Amino acid sequence: MKEKLRSITSKALPPFIALALVFILWMYACGSGSVPKFMLPSPRDVAQAFAEDWQLMLMHSRVTLTETFIGLALGIIIGFLSAVVMDRFRIVKKMLYPLIIISQTIPTVAIAPLLVLWLGYQMLPKIVLIILIVFFPISISLLEGFSSVDADTVNLMRSMGAGRVQIFRYVKIPSALGHFFSSLKISVSYAVVGAVLSEWLGGTEGLGCYMTRVRKSFDYDKMFAVIIVISVISLLLIWLTGFLQKKCMPWEKINKMRST
Amino acid sequence: MTALEVKGVTFSYDNSVNVLENINLTLREGELVSLLGVSGGGKTTLFNVIAGLNRPQSGKVLLNGQDVTGQTGKISYMLQKDMLLPFRTIEDNVALPLIIKGVKKKEARKTVEKYFERFGIEGTQKKYPAELSGGMRQRAALLRTYMFSGEVALLDEPFSALDTLTKSDMHRWYLDVMENIKLSTLFITHDVDEAILLSDRIYLLGNKPGTVIDEIVISEPKPRRADFNLTEEFLQYKRQIIAKIQ
Repeated sequence: MKEKLRSITSKALPPFIALALVFILWMYACGSGSVPKFMLPSPRDVAQAFAEDWQLMLMHSRVTLTETFIGLALGIIIGFLSAVVMDRFRIVKKMLYPLIIISQTIPTVAIAPLLVLWLGYQMLPKIVLIILIVFFPISISLLEGFSSVDADTVNLMRSMGAGRVQIFRYVKIPSALGHFFSSLKISVSYAVVGAVLSEWLGGTEGLGCYMTRVRKSFDYDKMFAVIIVISVISLLLIWLTGFLQKKCMPWEKINKMRST
Repeated sequence: MTALEVKGVTFSYDNSVNVLENINLTLREGELVSLLGVSGGGKTTLFNVIAGLNRPQSGKVLLNGQDVTGQTGKISYMLQKDMLLPFRTIEDNVALPLIIKGVKKKEARKTVEKYFERFGIEGTQKKYPAELSGGMRQRAALLRTYMFSGEVALLDEPFSALDTLTKSDMHRWYLDVMENIKLSTLFITHDVDEAILLSDRIYLLGNKPGTVIDEIVISEPKPRRADFNLTEEFLQYKRQIIAKIQ
C-alpha cells in the first residue's frame, strides 16, 4: 500500500503539477485581460459550453468513436495479414515494402478530400482514411517483430517437428506482441485525429463536423470544449491499449522487474 | 541395443569444403557419449545433421535402426542457451514439444507435471524463465528436451554458459537424474573434465574437416564417486585425451 502510494507520487505528481501550471497560466491570461476573450475563452466559459452542449457532443462522439473502432479493427486486420504475407514470402516484401513507405509520404490531409470525393459523405471515407493511417505502423511493427525471432529458436522448434504455422503461432506472434502494442498506442490516437480530420471535410455527424460548425459560428468556447473531448478520448484509448497489453503480456511485468 | 547410429556422414555447406567427413558413431541405449573437440570443429553442424535440420551429402542417421536422415521431429536437441520462450511459463515451455505433437494443452501440462520433482525444478511451473537462475533454466530446458523424446537427446554444450560452481552442481544433478531416467545422450563439449566425468565413452573429433580421431571408453562404473575427478584414474584419462587432441 505504502509502495503504491510512493509510485503514485513519483509517477503521477510531476505531470500533474505541470498540468496545473498550464491551467493556472491559462486562467491568469484570461483573467488579466491581456488576451481578448474571443481569442482565448476562459476555463469557466469552456465549462459552460460543456454544460450546454454535452448531449450533442456525446452524440457526435459516438459517431466518431464508431468510425475509429471500425477503422482500427480493419486497419489492424489488414496490417496483420500483409505483415504475415511479407514475412512468409520475401519477394512480396521486396515488392510491397517500398510501395508502403512511399504511400506514407502522401499527407493524410491531401488524401482526405479525395476520399470524400470518391466515397461520399457517409462513414465510408472516414473509415478508409483511418485504415490508411493505422495499417502502416501496425504492419511494419509486426513485420519487425516477426523477424526479431532468433534463428536458433526457430531451428529448435523445427527440430521438435514444428511446421511453419506452429512456429508462427507459438514463437513469432508472441514475440511480435510488444512491437504490436507500442505501434497500436500511436495508432489509436492517430485514428481519432484521422476521424476528426475527415469529418471536417464533409458529413453531418461526428466531432469533426461539430467542430466545423462551432468554428463557423465563432463559438470558440465550444471549440475548446470539443478539443478537450477529443484529447480525453485519445487518452482513454491509449490507456485501454496499455491495459490490454498488460493483460495479453503478463510476462512483461516480470521481465521489466528483473531488468531494473 | 543401439539407439542412434551415424554412418559415414559427410557434409558441406556449399559442396566445396567438407565440414564433416565420414563420421561414424554409435550410441547405445542409456549411454552418455561425448563428442570432444575444439570449438568450430563442426560439432554443432553434426548435431544439425542428426536432428534433421541439415541433410548430409552422403551417409545416414539411424534411430533404433530406422533411417531418419534429414527428418526433423525425431531427435531434439538442447543448446548452451536455454532457449526457453520468455513469454511462456516454465510448464508451458516444457510442454511445448507435446503440444507441437498435437497433445491438448491441459493434458500436456499434466504429463510434464510428473517430472518437475525428479528434475529438481518443483515449484517453478507457473513462473516465467526470467524468474529462474541459469542453472534452473538449463534443468527446465533439459526436461523440455526429454519431453520431446524420451529416447535420444542431443546436448550441445548445455552447461558451458554457467559459472564453475553452478556447473559442478549441474554435473552432480545430471548424473543423479540420469540414474532414474534412461536417456541415451549425445553430448558435445570442449571441456575435457566434463567429458570424463559424465561420459561412458568419448569420441575425439579432429578439426577441418571434422572426423572422428579416436574413441575412449571411461570404465569407471556409474553412479560415480563424488571425488572421481580427483583420482589418479581420472588424471590418466585426461593425459591420454590431451595427448591425442594435440
